Amino acid sequence: MTVSLYETQRAMRQRRSAAMKKGLVAVLDIGTSKVGCLVLKFDPEVQAAAKQDGVGALGNHGDFRVIGAATTRARGMEFGEIVVMDEAERAVRTAVQAAQKMAGVRLDHVIVTFSGGRPRSYGVHGQVEVEEGAVSEYDIGRVLAECDVPDFGEGAREAIHALPVNFMLDGKSGLADPRGQMGTKLGVDLHLLTVGARTIQNIMHCIKRCDLELCDLAVSSYASGLSSLVEDEQELGAACIDLGAGTSGVSIFMKRQMIFADAIRIGGLHVTRDICQALHVSEQVAERLKTFHGGLIATGADDRDFIEIPSPLDEAAGERRRVSRSELIGVIRPRMEEILEDVRAVLDASGFEYLPGQRIVLTGGGSQLQGIEELATRVLGRQVRRGKPLRVLGLPQAATGPGFSSVVGLALHTVHPQDECWDFEMPVDHLGNRSVKRALRWFKENW
Amino acid sequence: MQSLRARRDPAPSLLRYRLGRLWLRPSVRRIVMFGPMTALLLGVTFHVATSKTIRAGMAQTVSDLRTAIVGREEFKVSSLAVYGASEDLEAEVVRLAGLTLPMSSLDLDIASLRDRLEMLPSVADAAVRVGSKGVLQITLSQRVPVVIWRMSDGLKLAGADGVVLGEVASRLDRVDLPVIAGMGADAHIPEALELLTMLEPVVSRLRGLQRVGARRWTIVLDREQEIYLPENGAKRALARLMALHASEGLLDKDVAIVDLRDGLRPVLRLGAYAAEVHRPYQLSFEGDGQ
Repeated sequence: MTVSLYETQRAMRQRRSAAMKKGLVAVLDIGTSKVGCLVLKFDPEVQAAAKQDGVGALGNHGDFRVIGAATTRARGMEFGEIVVMDEAERAVRTAVQAAQKMAGVRLDHVIVTFSGGRPRSYGVHGQVEVEEGAVSEYDIGRVLAECDVPDFGEGAREAIHALPVNFMLDGKSGLADPRGQMGTKLGVDLHLLTVGARTIQNIMHCIKRCDLELCDLAVSSYASGLSSLVEDEQELGAACIDLGAGTSGVSIFMKRQMIFADAIRIGGLHVTRDICQALHVSEQVAERLKTFHGGLIATGADDRDFIEIPSPLDEAAGERRRVSRSELIGVIRPRMEEILEDVRAVLDASGFEYLPGQRIVLTGGGSQLQGIEELATRVLGRQVRRGKPLRVLGLPQAATGPGFSSVVGLALHTVHPQDECWDFEMPVDHLGNRSVKRALRWFKENW
Repeated sequence: MQSLRARRDPAPSLLRYRLGRLWLRPSVRRIVMFGPMTALLLGVTFHVATSKTIRAGMAQTVSDLRTAIVGREEFKVSSLAVYGASEDLEAEVVRLAGLTLPMSSLDLDIASLRDRLEMLPSVADAAVRVGSKGVLQITLSQRVPVVIWRMSDGLKLAGADGVVLGEVASRLDRVDLPVIAGMGADAHIPEALELLTMLEPVVSRLRGLQRVGARRWTIVLDREQEIYLPENGAKRALARLMALHASEGLLDKDVAIVDLRDGLRPVLRLGAYAAEVHRPYQLSFEGDGQ
């Protein structure tokens, strides 16, 4: 585990707890096609009541209330990464300002999710001897520090999530929380998720330029999985496929832990561009054709269903072209098949077939395409359902579609954050002198 | 399909964004909302408080305004009317009020005028009000003399509450009033008046009532006949005497003093003649003893 990241993540945790104490946090989803922002207001009374009733973990979406929501067209983004800083910053400012206006409060702390940066999962294992009879928090910190981290490209990539998904105590596996249990040998399975360092740095810089304080970061496929998978699916094992505009994220959950995440760099935007090229229309027209008339399963009726499209050359001349709906489907379908085949390859590589639960949930804006369930079932070979994000208090109707599953999931993640590696105290001997210097330098560069 | 234009979604400029965020700070918002107003108010107050000309002008304006209001026709008091007073008392009231009519009712201090009128001995109660048509109405209830109080320095007239209302040179000036005398008589005039009503059968012989030792009454009739009344229960004692007089004509007889101070029996002192007439019986009574 790199020390620098450990320190930055801890700093972010502190800021987040400060924000939670203030009762006001904004969650921001920086996507390829849209930037969404929700303002969450926490009611300490509701939280206390939920804790007393003992339903805190189940009814976690009751703890907060959405008091502001805004979305705006994303600018300067490609594959979920910032390519034009000014434009991306402008998009964030637009969304934040609109959300602030709706909520009537000033936002200071923001939690960000993004889909780019080529997330990569590593399963990491560590083992130590328990110092005293019962496992203490210190032992957990030690075992987490003991994990042998693979060389994921020091400097070029950063760990964004480090989730202890499973603990083992003397050969007994499947422990969620070993604290206080008796044993001698403590082992841990750590899910380490890394993304490109430049992507994170760009996002940090962008947030900083908007006068906001970054409290936490999450990968969007993780956030979408949190909001669109129901409890049973998270418990028994399920995959969430977030069909975004620039990327399609895949996350696999098991025992309420994310055990795998990946993203394919093809998305709905590519479908739109295919339509642009095939039908010679502008991108806006193609987007409209896709959302209004698009589909994936052609029937005989679609041959006779003609769609009028404007000429790209001379709109004023009034020349009209007609395209049958099956033609449009013929353009969309190969690209969707390609996406789903890539998803299948990712799922195969992840060992999804060995999980007890085999549910696959499609979410994200692309999942609204007609016939995607049939196509996905055919390509992925498993039962597939379409998932919408969990309902949360105060969310506007316009933001309840599948396209908002990652931002809603981020809100849920904010309320009940998963314990991560940096929530535990690491032993001092792992914080070498050199690393501290490097951490300081990293701080200076980024904050 | 109609031509499409991307929905406008203009991004705020950095300055506007920052100003918007600044505006959302409650403290900034409060300062901007109330700051200028407060500053202006404070400035104006300070300027007014420190500038002599403005203060003088304000005082002038206020006094002008007051004069204008006071001088209005509606507030004018043009005449004075006194009710319930004799002529000489009315003249005294007018002199005492000392009003230069016409004047404004706002300048008139009615309460003090009323107090001053009530200080007059012959005024028991005064009501002063400004009536319609600018008439200042003074309604008095006048004290009337009920007895003549004989004192060492002359005869005084006294009201029912013992207040001295004036002097008379001679008893003959006010033959309608009874005479009382003695120290402390003024405090018991109502009792004296009640006793006088009971003395109706002998009123032609009445000389007056004398307060003795500032504690009891003695009725003085002509022929130097006196009736000593007790301190307490004077009325009952007198009623008993008047009953005796009605049945036996006691007071017509030669009795010098009827002493009623002993509640059990009246004690008589005979006159000189009667004593002479009765002496033989007395002697024989004495002789019987020998």
